[in-house]
Amino acid sequence: MTSVPLTAGHVPDAHDPHATSTGLDNKKIAIWAFIGSECMLFASLISTYLIYKGRSKVGPFPHETWTDPSTGHKFGAILNIPVTSASTFVLLMSSLAMVLALAAVQNKNIPKRTTSERILGSSQLWLLATAALGITFLGFQAYEFTSFVHEGLSIRTNLFGSSFFTLTGFHGAHVTAGVIWLLTLFAIDRKRGLGPRDEVNVDIAALYWHFVDVVWIAIFTLVYLIK
Amino acid sequence: MATIAATPAHAHESHAHPTGFMSWMSTVDHKRIGTLYLFTALFFFLLGGLEAEIIRMQLQGPNGTLVSAETYNQLFTMHGTTMIFLAIMPLSAAFFNYLIPLQIGARDVAFPRLNAFSYWVYVLGGIFINLSWLLHAAPDGGWFGYAPLTTRAYSPGMNIDFWVLGLQILGVSSLAAGFNFITTIINMRAPGMNLMRMPMFTWAAFVVQFLIVLAFPVITIALVFLMFDRFFGTNFYTTAAGADPLLWQHLFWIFGHPEVYILILPAFGLVSDVLPAHTRKPIFGYPVMVFSLILIAFLGFGVWAHHMFAVGMGPIADTVFGLTTMLIAIPTGVKIFNWIATMHGGSIRFTTACLFCIALVAFFTIGGLSGVMHASPPADLQQTDTYFIVAHFHYVLFGGSMMGLFAGVYHYFPKITGRLLSERIGKWHFWLTAIGMNLTFFPMHMSGLLGMPRRIYRYDAGQGWDGFNLASSIGAYILAVGTLFLVWNIIKSLRSGTRAGNDPWGSPTLEWAIPSPPPEYNFARIPTVTSRYPLWDMKQPALTSEVPHSHRGDKEMEVAVGGKTVGHPHPGPAAQSTRVSESEMHIETETYTPAQVGIVLPDPTVKPFFVALGMVIMLGSPLFMHEAQIREIAGNAAGHRTAMTMFWIFVLGGAALMVGSLYNWLLTPLESDHH
Ligand code: HEM
Ligand SMILES: [Cu+2]
Repeated sequence: MTSVPLTAGHVPDAHDPHATSTGLDNKKIAIWAFIGSECMLFASLISTYLIYKGRSKVGPFPHETWTDPSTGHKFGAILNIPVTSASTFVLLMSSLAMVLALAAVQNKNIPKRTTSERILGSSQLWLLATAALGITFLGFQAYEFTSFVHEGLSIRTNLFGSSFFTLTGFHGAHVTAGVIWLLTLFAIDRKRGLGPRDEVNVDIAALYWHFVDVVWIAIFTLVYLIK
Repeated sequence: MATIAATPAHAHESHAHPTGFMSWMSTVDHKRIGTLYLFTALFFFLLGGLEAEIIRMQLQGPNGTLVSAETYNQLFTMHGTTMIFLAIMPLSAAFFNYLIPLQIGARDVAFPRLNAFSYWVYVLGGIFINLSWLLHAAPDGGWFGYAPLTTRAYSPGMNIDFWVLGLQILGVSSLAAGFNFITTIINMRAPGMNLMRMPMFTWAAFVVQFLIVLAFPVITIALVFLMFDRFFGTNFYTTAAGADPLLWQHLFWIFGHPEVYILILPAFGLVSDVLPAHTRKPIFGYPVMVFSLILIAFLGFGVWAHHMFAVGMGPIADTVFGLTTMLIAIPTGVKIFNWIATMHGGSIRFTTACLFCIALVAFFTIGGLSGVMHASPPADLQQTDTYFIVAHFHYVLFGGSMMGLFAGVYHYFPKITGRLLSERIGKWHFWLTAIGMNLTFFPMHMSGLLGMPRRIYRYDAGQGWDGFNLASSIGAYILAVGTLFLVWNIIKSLRSGTRAGNDPWGSPTLEWAIPSPPPEYNFARIPTVTSRYPLWDMKQPALTSEVPHSHRGDKEMEVAVGGKTVGHPHPGPAAQSTRVSESEMHIETETYTPAQVGIVLPDPTVKPFFVALGMVIMLGSPLFMHEAQIREIAGNAAGHRTAMTMFWIFVLGGAALMVGSLYNWLLTPLESDHH
């Protein structure tokens, strides 16, 4: 028999957030570092778009009409601000739904009495709603992309096309990843129920989702609204 | 659970330390991953060195005939790419992995499986880029891959495809590791290990992770643009469509200059920890050393255009970037002086590790001085694109980064393997390297100032460069011999090196308080840290008695930071004993199985490997797309279809493997619950 004369003292438990130096869960710190990194990613994309604004040799253009000198074909301004305002609103609403989803997970164990409390407290409902709004946004984007291509703007057409599709495409890919993440949480919630101990997992998904939303606000302002 | 008395029955089979091939494939232990990084990076260091030797053979005399111009381009591109991304960065990563958890008193990194993932992405990415040699299509656009030169119009072959895809793969590895280490350092420190008690290496590593997570996204985007241009016909770098020919240069150097600090700061950190151990003196001016690291990192983001003085940015931009560049030499100089002050009056033991530290201080200074010379735009216009620049960056990279990393290898090898490297062979390695390095790179200052351009594969005789080139080549051969001594030393030590024991150097930081090699769980009992140099407090209190944040000096530090309590409050100076009480800091000399000490470790898993494999297959698949385009242009419809089919098989197969393994990983708990 080996006897180890050690006093166990303080053995940090990885699952106990209070064992960490800051008291925050590791995942929370990592997601903030990740978001910082993503800021640089989108900053590079957005700056390139802005640097290339007005440098395209041929149309179509975002805010101005253009007539192709060789064919005489007249192209309208490409960006459809009313439609994109609608999709922006949808994405903003998804952030609201995300807040409610997180709150519902956090308050899982509080008894719900009224119908409205039960609705507000349904994490499944709000996770699904967030994902659905995200999918709606992606639907708008798919519509936007296809209609641009029909109007004669592809990713190859000019600098505007290259930088616009790459920027918004990157954002769309982020939304897609977020939707998959949310649907995964929804599936777990259905299978075994998300409780307060899963809070951090929903929390980081929410941080990511809000970040992607904020990036869209920047894109909407800089690309669509400012002429 | 006060006392743990475990019977062998508790130490069940699965916790015996396995050593087979699969145990390495599935390890999530930061120490084993660090070891993997170390040996893989040393392998790539030899490979990059071989490429350099061929370059020097070609340039040894005028009109060299050893290799063709095409091969020469591939050699210098792969040499630079290999040394930067596959040798120096991963060597630093080896030390991040091995040392950060040990130095801060943690059981592992924050995300052990993510750590394994980073390693596998790195190896597979390195293999991917080097596969290009088999197709005689190694990247040939220089390590900075300037677009438009690297767009399809000017570089039609697969060479740049390998480079553009490979670098994106390697970026994922660095980024994942960056998030992991930031979290580890912020959140996993032992009780009492406040930020101003962290060992200098951990500080340097911390700063470098911020540089990585902020700089790598920028090159990722630059590479994505290039990839889209090459594969999908976008116009980011097509000047005919109105593209800015400087877009790439800006994006690349916004990454590129922070990158050079990513390469040097880990070496700075190593030296700042190794030097005190061998001079028996605490680092001089610890807080200033920390703040200069942070300042260098900040300024490092504001100097990128000093690589672009020759493109004609105009007097204002030139002046601003010239000034910021000169400014950055100040915090860098501060570090040099602090190392010298650390040595001053110390009882220096000239071990190999110490010699490499001193070499860093000397050689890096030479590189820093030439850097300040071409920080001045008019001077740079004479020097840019000549061998003078090659001399500069080899003094900072070889004379700086590599010397520091070698110091780290000699100092930490006994911790990692339990066996000392031979000092006798080490001295051979050191002196041949020091002499070879200077003989190789110093003459390049002269050939450069005499007008010899970079990246030429042959030159005519009689331009005044012949002698300098011969000297450089002889130096390179000496370096090669020196490196063989390192290889010999490592093999010999692994076989029959002297046992090191806990602390062969009498070092002050936590990693030396546990056995060498450390047990799987690192610390049986997480120490409570009361000082910046806890082991000296216990063993050699005289060395630290005057130092703030050492056991005794903390009182003074409390005054220094305006009465704010730093760390654990101490009894009044009179009551301070020179020995730290056993309950706070302690030394562990026995190695147990984790079960004996009641520690649950993460389960080994191959899932991170498969996620990495899937990702690399997916990201590498556009190679087939290019092949398909070539066949389409050649009118080979069937061949086009085959290549596109291959492309889709690889993309979808890789993605399926990646996503499937990722879900499997994320839905499996880190540790099995059977306890
Ligand atoms: C005192 C600090 C430093 C200053 C003032 C400085 C300045 C410069 C300048 C102005 C250039 C551009 C020269 C040209 O292309 O015409 C340059 C190039 C370079 N520097 Fe430094 N540098 C410093 C430190 C470092 C460090 C620490 C590293 C790496 C560890 C480094 C690596 C490089 C590399 C790799 C290049 C060449 C890039 C290329 O063209 O391939 N430098 N440096
Ligand atoms: Cu630079």
